[in-house]
Amino acid sequence: MPRVRQPGRAPKAVSSNGSVGTSIPKLEAYEKVTGTALYLDDLRIPGVLHGRTVRSTVARGRIRQIAFDPAFDWTGVVVVDHKDIPGDNVVALIEDDQPLLASTEIRHAEEPILLLAHESAEHVERALRAVRVEVEPLEPVLTVEQSLARKQLLYKDTNIFKEITIARGDARAALHSAGLAGTVLVEGTYRTGHQEQLYIENNAMMAERTGDGGLLVRGSLQCPYYVHKALMRVFGLPAEKVRVVQTVTGGGFGGKEEYPSVIGAHAALLAWKSGKPVKIVYDRLEDIAATTKRHPSVTRIRSLVDKDGSLLALDIDTVMDGGAYVTLSPVVLSRGAIHAAGPYRCANTTIRARAVATNTPPNGAFRGFGAPQTQFAMECHMDAVAGRLKLDPLEVRRRNAYREGDITPTGQVLTESVGAHEVLERTVRRAHYETKRKRYTQENAVAAKAERSGKFDGRGRRVRRGIGLALVYHGAGFTGGGEVKLASLAAVDVTPKGRPRILSASTEIGQGTRTIFAQMVGDALGMPAEFVDIETPDTGLVPDSGPTVASRTCMVVGGMLVEAARKLKSELSAFAGAELADAAAFERAARRYLAERGPLRAEHRYQRPAELQWDDDTYRGDAYGVFSYAACTVEVEVDLDTGETNLIGVTTAHDIGKAIHPVLAAGQIEGGIVQGLGWALLEDVRWKDGRIWNHQLTNYIIPTSMDVPTLDVEIVEIPYSRGPFGAKGVGELPMDVPAPAVIAAVAHATGLHLDEIPVLPEKVLHALRAAHAASAT
Amino acid sequence: MSDVTLRFTVNGKAHRVRVPPMKRLLDVLRDECKLTGTKEGCGEGECGACTVLIDGRSVNSCLVPAVQADGAKILTVEGLAKDGRLTPLQRLFVEGGGAQCGICTPGMLVSAHELLTRMKGKVPSENEVREALAGNLCRCTGYQKIVDAVRAAARGGRSS
Repeated sequence: MPRVRQPGRAPKAVSSNGSVGTSIPKLEAYEKVTGTALYLDDLRIPGVLHGRTVRSTVARGRIRQIAFDPAFDWTGVVVVDHKDIPGDNVVALIEDDQPLLASTEIRHAEEPILLLAHESAEHVERALRAVRVEVEPLEPVLTVEQSLARKQLLYKDTNIFKEITIARGDARAALHSAGLAGTVLVEGTYRTGHQEQLYIENNAMMAERTGDGGLLVRGSLQCPYYVHKALMRVFGLPAEKVRVVQTVTGGGFGGKEEYPSVIGAHAALLAWKSGKPVKIVYDRLEDIAATTKRHPSVTRIRSLVDKDGSLLALDIDTVMDGGAYVTLSPVVLSRGAIHAAGPYRCANTTIRARAVATNTPPNGAFRGFGAPQTQFAMECHMDAVAGRLKLDPLEVRRRNAYREGDITPTGQVLTESVGAHEVLERTVRRAHYETKRKRYTQENAVAAKAERSGKFDGRGRRVRRGIGLALVYHGAGFTGGGEVKLASLAAVDVTPKGRPRILSASTEIGQGTRTIFAQMVGDALGMPAEFVDIETPDTGLVPDSGPTVASRTCMVVGGMLVEAARKLKSELSAFAGAELADAAAFERAARRYLAERGPLRAEHRYQRPAELQWDDDTYRGDAYGVFSYAACTVEVEVDLDTGETNLIGVTTAHDIGKAIHPVLAAGQIEGGIVQGLGWALLEDVRWKDGRIWNHQLTNYIIPTSMDVPTLDVEIVEIPYSRGPFGAKGVGELPMDVPAPAVIAAVAHATGLHLDEIPVLPEKVLHALRAAHAASAT
Repeated sequence: MSDVTLRFTVNGKAHRVRVPPMKRLLDVLRDECKLTGTKEGCGEGECGACTVLIDGRSVNSCLVPAVQADGAKILTVEGLAKDGRLTPLQRLFVEGGGAQCGICTPGMLVSAHELLTRMKGKVPSENEVREALAGNLCRCTGYQKIVDAVRAAARGGRSS
């Protein structure tokens, strides 16, 4: 069980005897443990066709011709190309640059060109191989460096999808003063690679025509209204003719944020043309090869620091590889830029962030959304600062970490719920960081000395141990004016049986949306969570409460549902002429209301708290309502002969305001930490000519139960006055923190400053040899 | 190759199917036996989402040709609960956060069930549990709550 600590004042809205703050059984878990939960591929639809996608294999070029093997039996094979699109050939998102099916121009190697469907999955698989697409190849741009060099122009005359500058104080002038009064300039460049979300259920969508000339699209997805919007554009249909329904979804992590619009529209085109239901279920190879990845990044940081480790100036330049189309890169970049200076006060900060075009499949949403990349760089840099000043990394963080009243690079004053020091101190205490830091240093020195005289450890190995530390923060909800633009709406109504029913587009993707919503609404209504019904995210039935992304589900949508529930309760109480003491009283009053007055429904639309201000043009103001904070220590054992890094301990404290459901919250933290550890140590996307060659689980390696040690998690609750029951965001925060702690631990163990992930054995060996060669000369 | 007739039991129930001999057991279970609890995650024996027991031993059913199941006793996730009553292992997954998105859960439960059967009432160490589940990938939980649930089940359903 997670240990929950609640320092500071109590949140305003805590109910003393409700289920919020307790860990009730996860609501849909019964179906999941009995094998009765129906995922998209488990639905048995009579007459369904199986859809497949013909793609380019060339990264950049022009389609010359498409040939269908005349020897193949094409009977019953449905073929769709760009000319079959009734509306606009775009995947509607931020810009309209991405076609649903390529007509002539190819901009990445997995570009979809044709769609095929047949009642036999085997036959359509063979049909796929009977199509030959001839592409006239053009010189591709495959790296950030090539894109910035503008050898080929892919996007406007810059190759830059989006550039963001954030400035506070005068970093350049301050940096020029380096050396005065003993100040020190520290520089570093830090790199992160692609990462695949690797939900265990591959992308899967099904589409069918409806009797009224519309479409029903179901599938594994995070954001039903994104798919809805995309389908309206592709088919030129009005909102009411398009219905999108989520099926039980086997993980998302951002990977099912925007991509289901592509697959859903593909399935819908095949269904539109054939008149039959069509499902497209990717296999693992296609899913890894074609769908979105985490943006790779290169971040250069120059900082000016005082002798005591205080940050005086920061100049940060980060570049992310957006891939072939704009997709969500501008917003990923935005979150990355805003978080780039980490949870540290610095009066003079300049952040420049660019997302660039390349001829690789578009990168997209992935848990953390840019913040893991930039904070990885900043945390590595904080250790570089500590190294230069011969201070402990803990000391440098203690000196600079945010406190209430501090100001972020966008000028946001942190007025409440600033848990940076709390999570830092709790983590280092639980992990015995300072003791271990000293002990490993001594033991490593002793081992090195023993090895020089020919003595090795019990198993004949040369191993070193180390412990590293990281501190991060993560803003909850959409960035800046995002929530205002979304203006999302959530509702609670009453079922014919007199039960309250939650109506929202927020999806359950494993994280516990259904359970925490039922808990919060149940508490607001004074009844057990089990009494609250939850409608399936179905655009025909629920309002647009926004996408299930950005750590916004609990804090933003949960907060809206609590408000809607309160309105519902007050209306029903007024009708009944009495307080509704429990579920039975609610049910009686609700049934009477339905009989006498008809349907009862209460809504709440997002309202910007009055104190929040944001200017999207200048990037000044309150980027987020509040930030969550996390610290983490990672302990490693590095084998100097094999280069392998084994994890031997992970300790973390997360300030999330309030754990609505401590077990689920800890589950988010543990899962996110392990995903971050995978990014740091194992997960390496390898490319050949613009295509991923390790697009299978045999060689794209994610952590198994044997790769991670026991996780020691502490939840810290420093309430946020605007969050429901004091809650802030938790989903993405844990992804930000472990990777830099791994780099720090490896540095402590070996003396190597790698500044780049993943830390693969071959990189460690290479660096060890280079260090050895340098010390020998 | 022409279709063959195979007989086996799944969760105690006798099945007779006529399928191509090399059809994957995973597909036979899902298509012919209508048991969709067993999932496909990778199709190459890496993720363990399709884990079932054949005569008490865990296998990746995506790698097993149907003919190998002839005469076998097969256990899938649907065979764990009896008359809707969850086993302690399933109950602890529900209560302890062992199932998040749920797609790895069927395979994970079957592997854990095999371990608990093999342990004959002995409580496995954390490391023994991690080793037994190393062939079942989970991307949601970070494994901690799964490992805890399996050990709690071995202790007879007591949570600590």
